[in-house]
Amino acid sequence: MSALDRAPPFFRHGPTPLAVMIFYAAFAVALFVLDMRFHALGLLRQGISIVTDPLQRLAQSPLRLTSAGMDYFRALESMREENRAHQTARLLAAPDLARIGQLEAENAHLRRLLELRERDRVSGQAANILHAARDPFSRRVYLDKGMQHGLRQGQPVIDNAGIVGQITQVFPFSAEVTLLTDKEQAVPVQILRTGQRSIIFGLGDGQMELRHMPINADVAIGDALVTSGLDGIYPPGFPVAKVTHVERDSAYTFARIIAVPSAAVESHGMIMALDYRPETQARPPEPKPQGTRRRSRAGRAANP
Amino acid sequence: MSASPHTVRILRPARPWFIVLSLMAALLLNLLPTRQWVFMPDWVMLTLCFWSMREWRMFGMGYAFLLGLFMDVANGAALGQHALAYVLLHYAAASLSRRILQFPLRQQSLHVLPLFLGVTGIQILIRLVAGSDFPGWREFISPIVAALLWLPVAFLLVVPQYQPDEHDTTRPI
Repeated sequence: MSALDRAPPFFRHGPTPLAVMIFYAAFAVALFVLDMRFHALGLLRQGISIVTDPLQRLAQSPLRLTSAGMDYFRALESMREENRAHQTARLLAAPDLARIGQLEAENAHLRRLLELRERDRVSGQAANILHAARDPFSRRVYLDKGMQHGLRQGQPVIDNAGIVGQITQVFPFSAEVTLLTDKEQAVPVQILRTGQRSIIFGLGDGQMELRHMPINADVAIGDALVTSGLDGIYPPGFPVAKVTHVERDSAYTFARIIAVPSAAVESHGMIMALDYRPETQARPPEPKPQGTRRRSRAGRAANP
Repeated sequence: MSASPHTVRILRPARPWFIVLSLMAALLLNLLPTRQWVFMPDWVMLTLCFWSMREWRMFGMGYAFLLGLFMDVANGAALGQHALAYVLLHYAAASLSRRILQFPLRQQSLHVLPLFLGVTGIQILIRLVAGSDFPGWREFISPIVAALLWLPVAFLLVVPQYQPDEHDTTRPI
């Protein structure tokens, strides 16, 4: 042993490369299974993200600086034009905005008459999209805000045209948003025209599919789909997608209905993470365990 | 044996800080927002292949594993996906290094091409096993580009070792 310690490094061999490789490969496969199957490695991810986050921000900074510079040097004229367009839009919207207070009051009154719960007001937090994930298997983006800014897992994310996705992982200083078009993302929706409820799934290629709709379902091209709010995650009434393709083949049980998201899901920009916590009813108490089990538990507690 | 200057020349030992620096730079390049560009190579894979071929004694497999984990978290990929691919790349590159380093840089790029294709292939394979869809053959463009970039990147990484240890002012040439 001591002779080996004194030997020059050339003669000291650790385990063979093959053994080391098998060890690390098995470790990697174990991590993979734990992550994909059991989603059990959130803490490890958060830990590693503390190292990679600053690097990521550093890598994004040149791009952000150039785009900021471009914004600065953009012709004044285009700014003026934009300003004029905004003013026109505001003027056009003014009558509606002026009436909104009255409408809300009227709505509240009617709802009280109908004894319906008032619709929750939804507040939110604006954030910037930092970058899109490089992983070709998923549609995800990263936000520049995280746990420290009060974001939490499960929050819906919108832009000015509709739902963008949902926060699926929160890191200390960033958050991961799974876009609507991700293959594993599903949203409960409602067809605005008919009120029919369904669930829409991402296809992974920028489109979405309305599944399990019967062949004779009343769906037409151009139908708007809005959130139904049934899941208690997405607030009701936000635009999700627009139907672009309906295929009714009597050989299949269900119609094939393709839609494209209303929001600019695949582009970068500002988004808003909604803080929507509907008042759900408390979970009913667990049913009392059966006699035998209770007795045994009590017995265990009695003799320590 | 070919009389290439790359093989005949005796190199200075690689400095550990340069290895770390180059890998950090590669990681930064990988984190640039370049998702839309299919041809963008995996810079970490390139640098890692280089160092595991030349300095596998100093640059062990654990570092490849750690870099893979960083890539997984930064890319939003499944944990262990890059780590597995990089560990296998390290093993293959280190065990083939005697053969590959005999060739001049230009021919080496042909030898590393199958390794790079393998890295992409393993990642796609493990995701297919987990139930993802095949993302398309376009994913194999980037390892080919990486192999084409082997010559300039390897040259840049080996250049610091070309410098003479001390400047001999009285040297005749």
